[in-house]
Amino acid sequence: MNIHEYQAKELLKSYDVPVPVGGVAYSDKQAAQVAVDIGGSKWVVKAQIHAGGRGKAGGVKLVHSIDEVKKTADAMIGSHLVTHQTGPEGALVHRVWVEQASVIKREFYLGFVIDRATQRITVVASSEGGVDIEEVAKAAPDKIVKEVVDPAIGLRDFQCRKIATGIGLKGRLMPQAVKMMKSIYRCMRDKDALQAEINPLAVVSVGEEEKLLVLDAKFNFDDNALYRQRGITDLRDLAEEEPKEVEASGHGLNYIALDGNIGCIVNGAGLAMASLDAITLHGGRPANFLDVGGGASPEKVTNACRIVLQDPNVKAILVNIFAGINRCDWIALGLIQACNHLNIKVPLVVRLAGTNVDEGRKILAESGLTFINAENLDAAAAKAVAIVKETAL
Amino acid sequence: MSVFVNKKSKVIFQGFTGEHASFHAQDAMSIGTNVVGGVTPGKGGTMHLGLPVFDTVAEAVAATGADVSGVFVPPPFNADALMEAIDAGIKVAVTIADGIPIHDMVRLQRYRIGRDAILIGPNSPGIITPGECKVGIMPSHIYKKGNIGIVSRSGTLNYEATEQMSSLGIGISTSVGIGGDPINGTDFVTVLKAFEADPETEIVVMIGEIGGPQEVAAARWAQKNMSKPLVGFVAGVSAPPGRRMGHAGAIISSESDTASAKMDTMEALGLYVARNPAHIGQTVLQAMREHGVKV
Repeated sequence: MNIHEYQAKELLKSYDVPVPVGGVAYSDKQAAQVAVDIGGSKWVVKAQIHAGGRGKAGGVKLVHSIDEVKKTADAMIGSHLVTHQTGPEGALVHRVWVEQASVIKREFYLGFVIDRATQRITVVASSEGGVDIEEVAKAAPDKIVKEVVDPAIGLRDFQCRKIATGIGLKGRLMPQAVKMMKSIYRCMRDKDALQAEINPLAVVSVGEEEKLLVLDAKFNFDDNALYRQRGITDLRDLAEEEPKEVEASGHGLNYIALDGNIGCIVNGAGLAMASLDAITLHGGRPANFLDVGGGASPEKVTNACRIVLQDPNVKAILVNIFAGINRCDWIALGLIQACNHLNIKVPLVVRLAGTNVDEGRKILAESGLTFINAENLDAAAAKAVAIVKETAL
Repeated sequence: MSVFVNKKSKVIFQGFTGEHASFHAQDAMSIGTNVVGGVTPGKGGTMHLGLPVFDTVAEAVAATGADVSGVFVPPPFNADALMEAIDAGIKVAVTIADGIPIHDMVRLQRYRIGRDAILIGPNSPGIITPGECKVGIMPSHIYKKGNIGIVSRSGTLNYEATEQMSSLGIGISTSVGIGGDPINGTDFVTVLKAFEADPETEIVVMIGEIGGPQEVAAARWAQKNMSKPLVGFVAGVSAPPGRRMGHAGAIISSESDTASAKMDTMEALGLYVARNPAHIGQTVLQAMREHGVKV
């Protein structure tokens, strides 16, 4: 689960991590009021959407008057911001974050991830801030420093000092960096975050002093741990998620919309991916990824059909079930229920295998409905692709 | 022989009296698995499926000599149950649970250091040595005894590959599902090592998916250390980047995470690679022919 920048900054603030003084606003008037309240002479107005790449897309503006704050907020709120991560339709901006502008001296990257190779939280930092860390990793891997954290001992001061030194945070900035890293580590662990990314982390001038400040922050939380993270769950913004995916997850289904025309209903993530691959290899284009999961009831299968059919591009549905903990008879009953209730007009290609396969096939055969049976994965994909090609002619 | 579990394994189930554990314990017994009891805290002293129920794994191990546990405990409590199994001296713990918080797994992997136990899963179909021992949720009737080892991240793709082989008359020595989570208790390399050492296994099939470095790491290890032919497949050539494809671990975060990149590397390292998920069986057959391995 992702959260907005303003939520991330508020979360970090609660861990004593320095963030700019600012506030969230849902209207131009509110934005102006925030600017008045926080004071200063220069502000940054930032569109709040989950997707990255806001700066280049015009979603981050430096302004010099309260009037400009108002105008900028007015232009942003209600607009669709198109970034390289949103797709061409963009993301609707519901709110902006207004903060005091900082005098930035230098920018850094500071990330906390769960590294799959070491299976531990790893701190990744770079003297190259404000840019894509993947690009830095490719172009200048020597500019990236890493520290792996032993979960039994936690992130130690000396590790933080190594990182600080590695990216050039010296003198009076070093103790600030140590404190900040330890706080973010604690936050990540307390809140079951998968990832915390501070990019950029900045050295800013405050009068004569230099201090560290978080200019942008991204968090990604573990969906599997939300049951014990009430405060985090409350931060979820459903408007940022694909409505069909939200509906599917409410039914215990894992659905991802794609841009093809063959709807897919499969059990198990691996087989679901392989089914999409098989369709693609036969020259077809899958409309979605859908995993019905284990122990799928007939109702769950009916819901799966309904969600897949909400996509108007779907010209045929491929049902591929290899039942282990599932039951083919329940799947078959669900398909019949779906046909009876949903007025399905597109052909259904059905491949059943595994637990109770004979019962499942019998139920389909005796239903009086038309299902196109397939013996195996290859045949199922081939038939679905052929049907879609025929209907296109 | 076989790897990790065989007919001598003494198996308990944690969460024994639950619906899925009951169903799969019975299925396991039907293929000859030596199930000796189970654990459900609070139900110690009762009987279930004609077998004794214990409150703790330690009691179950003391009374039955169990060395393998199928951990059918809900995700929020699963990591704790696994630590309990390891603490009690269980040698192979198998966890099916899909949805264990990743920080629990980070702590569990730390806990395992210096403790001698194999952990299969989480988010795994489990493990089966056909005709001898099943600890998991796979449909056991599709697994025929044979000389091919399977290791996969996905459960259903493991079944798919098994059926393709079965339709060609090819059987399985042991099939291990390491699971679809970003942190696996056992990685591909550990399982490949075990298959390499197992006299009953002549060829190994490794089924991966998008996300993470472990398929490539395993292929590199195999090129240097494995005498037996290795057949590879990676699901997700059509998966869009940045999306989690069902499994928590199945997400393309960098170019090397893609299915095509992984299969290219596997091929370059000399593996047999099935580029089409429907051709896993045929590719195994080709490897068998070229290496004089009989069905």
